Amino acid sequence: MGLVLLIIIWLITIISSYFFVARTWWFPVGASAAAASIDHYFTVTLLLMGIVFVAAQGILGFFAWRYRDRGTSSVAHYSHGNDRLEIAWTALTFILFVGLNLMSSSIWASERFRPAQPGAVQVEVTGMQFQWYFRYPGPDGKFGATKPELIDPSIGGEGAVGLDATDPASKDDLVTGTMYLPVGREAEVILRAHDVIHSFFVPGMRFKQDAVPGLAIHMHFTPISTGDYEIVCAELCGLGHYKMHGMLKVVSQQEFDAWLAARESEKQ
Amino acid sequence: MVEAQAHAQAHAGPQGFIRKWVFSLDHKVIGLQYYFLALTAVFVGMFLSLLMRIHLIWPSVSLPLFGEIKPEAYLSLLTMHGTIMVFFVLTTAPQGGFGNYFLPIQIGAADMAFPVINMLSFWVTFLAYMVMLSAFFVTGGAPLHGWTGYPPLSALPSAGPGEALGADLWVISIALFCIGALMSALNFITTTLDMRARGMSLMRMPLTCWAWFITAILGLLAFGVLLAAGILLLLDRNAGTSFFVPLVTINGQLAGHKGGSPLLWQHLFWFFGHPEVYIAILPAMGLCSQLVSVFSRKPIFGYKAMVYAMLSIGIMGFMVWGHHMFMSGMSPYSGFAFSVMTMAIGVPSAIKTFNWLGTLWGGKIRFSSPMLFAIGFVSLFVSGGISGPFLAQPVLDIPLHDTYFVTGHFHLIMGVASIFGIFAATYYWFPKMFGRLMNERLARWHFWFSLVGTYAIFMPMHYLGMAGHPRRYSELTEVGYLHNLLPLQKFITYVAFITIAGQFIFLFNLFWSMKFGKKASDNPWEATTLEWTTATPPPHDNFAGRTPVIHHGPYEYSVPGEPRDFVMQTDPLTVAVR
Repeated sequence: MGLVLLIIIWLITIISSYFFVARTWWFPVGASAAAASIDHYFTVTLLLMGIVFVAAQGILGFFAWRYRDRGTSSVAHYSHGNDRLEIAWTALTFILFVGLNLMSSSIWASERFRPAQPGAVQVEVTGMQFQWYFRYPGPDGKFGATKPELIDPSIGGEGAVGLDATDPASKDDLVTGTMYLPVGREAEVILRAHDVIHSFFVPGMRFKQDAVPGLAIHMHFTPISTGDYEIVCAELCGLGHYKMHGMLKVVSQQEFDAWLAARESEKQ
Repeated sequence: MVEAQAHAQAHAGPQGFIRKWVFSLDHKVIGLQYYFLALTAVFVGMFLSLLMRIHLIWPSVSLPLFGEIKPEAYLSLLTMHGTIMVFFVLTTAPQGGFGNYFLPIQIGAADMAFPVINMLSFWVTFLAYMVMLSAFFVTGGAPLHGWTGYPPLSALPSAGPGEALGADLWVISIALFCIGALMSALNFITTTLDMRARGMSLMRMPLTCWAWFITAILGLLAFGVLLAAGILLLLDRNAGTSFFVPLVTINGQLAGHKGGSPLLWQHLFWFFGHPEVYIAILPAMGLCSQLVSVFSRKPIFGYKAMVYAMLSIGIMGFMVWGHHMFMSGMSPYSGFAFSVMTMAIGVPSAIKTFNWLGTLWGGKIRFSSPMLFAIGFVSLFVSGGISGPFLAQPVLDIPLHDTYFVTGHFHLIMGVASIFGIFAATYYWFPKMFGRLMNERLARWHFWFSLVGTYAIFMPMHYLGMAGHPRRYSELTEVGYLHNLLPLQKFITYVAFITIAGQFIFLFNLFWSMKFGKKASDNPWEATTLEWTTATPPPHDNFAGRTPVIHHGPYEYSVPGEPRDFVMQTDPLTVAVR
């Protein structure tokens, strides 16, 4: 029985580890400025935790086989433990875990502690059952006022986020169902939700943030390569949660400007 | 004092069926009641998960009796699966079931400190369970807001199907459960502190008792907060208050709330919710420490370290709830602080693992079924624990939060590891509870099905999570990159079928062995703790009028110079040991 345990535990360990090493299923290609450091940090954590995983399971399987009851020939070793060992592994784990934690804090700080840079593209992202809306402030660079009582998702576009047409700043606001961003420029997203909590998750950008009713959450990320990236909702928001998705199109600055101008003229 | 109490309780058992088996004051009967409640709950919960797995890979299949599962029905299944498993299985069986039955016996008491409160706490829990199940049968069905019930989704009847009466029943059930759990916690704490037999100092208690004791303290502090949160949510839903709901519009209609904070619920919920995972797993930790020692025929490695580790898990368990909220909009500075605390709580968990391995080392291991499940527990605890340091990092939560990576993590460690604890406890204490042994051959088959199946189901979920697969998606058809993950989802469903089938081996073994199992002696495992010194099954007052006197700690195995390789706690050691 000890040998069977050893074989099964070791097999489970090897097979589980194989798919992490082979990267059969893996993160999508990272296309934001922060992606490289997040991915690197993931790999470091994976390596350290992988060693602990393989070592612990390996020893568990080995001990089960090595110290099996072999009748009269084996005698259990009488010991209540060893204080020095206890202190040693407590200290080592503490250093490993807290060290790992401190290593990641600078990435977290650069992502979340500082506000967006002044030149960032501003987009207001609004989550509503079960659709994402993206609002651009237009040439005046100001978001117009919105009113909750004006919100009507059945109209779509500006009506869906309750844009107040009487506010002069709202005249040039654009509301779209697809998100456009220029490559290589920081994007400041202002996350809102008008009904329940949603979560704006763009795996390719390594970006995720809940959109919470009552809050306007300011976040930022910088796309570094052009292409289409899927946006999904990562917080359970109701029966259509699984289909609440959108598309982020990262384009060159020229294409972005042209797209904005075209939408602006459509609106007038 | 302690002795006087014990004598006072050494009364004859009630004779009528109702007083003996239904409204019983006997902690052993109440323990069995909790256990069988959890047994029905675990099979209900497992069945719900099977329906979810079927819907996920065959969204339009029509099942006999059920018909087609709609997306909202999937979310109801998910909500009820989580709630039933967490509350009525993982909280109920290890503590209410085995804790009730064996804590008094292991510390040498005749019963719990407050037998009437004990009976009440079971019946309130039973009522909570019935209310929870009734949510399936009301108009609109069971709620779809997940076991965490985040408002505004959980607070607004118009937010989706199941959010009307179904959601009210859900909240009421949880509030009732909290009341039962609070009464039970009070009882466990008092019993442990006041009812120990002579010589049973705290540091001579079996680690199972320490685990139940610490779990009860966690329960006392955590369930009160959830109860308050539940009442506030009920008021938001029915009395027009706005604790958790700000000004929101649903389908173009103003919901009539103003000024509430959705994050307040999350703080209150996780202030309960994180200690809850320790409430689920601490009893299993205590039990596995016990079993690893008994079946390695060795004292537990580092008894004191084990006690301190559990105590520090208990204390720190209340300082880490924010790690569920890194992406919630909570201050990123708080996120940093919570992540440091969370990494630190990994330390006592690692200490426990080292000590389990240290106990196996140099042992003389007997692979009886309880030991197999204890070893399985250690393996699962390591595998589920190792993904903790990933999720404890806010930076890695950016890609991993609310994906299947989390689902894989907590199912391994909080779900199945705790369930392995329940299985181990069942195989271990069955002979004491029913006087017969469970069938070993069936138990082994059950073990292999469960161990391999668990890994095959939950390890791939980590890969899904890395690939960006969000949790709680009822269908994979709408998002482009999820199509590529369908084969892996299919694999998980196939394995789930097999693993669930394997659980019927256990069910069969349980009931078959009650009637036809081999007759057990009073101490079939040659263990040292007090439950093995008394008759099988134990008499009404546990020790038939005797009051045990304890001479040493619970893990004196293979003491050099002793005639047998174990010395009962009630027998003095013949040789002096450290």
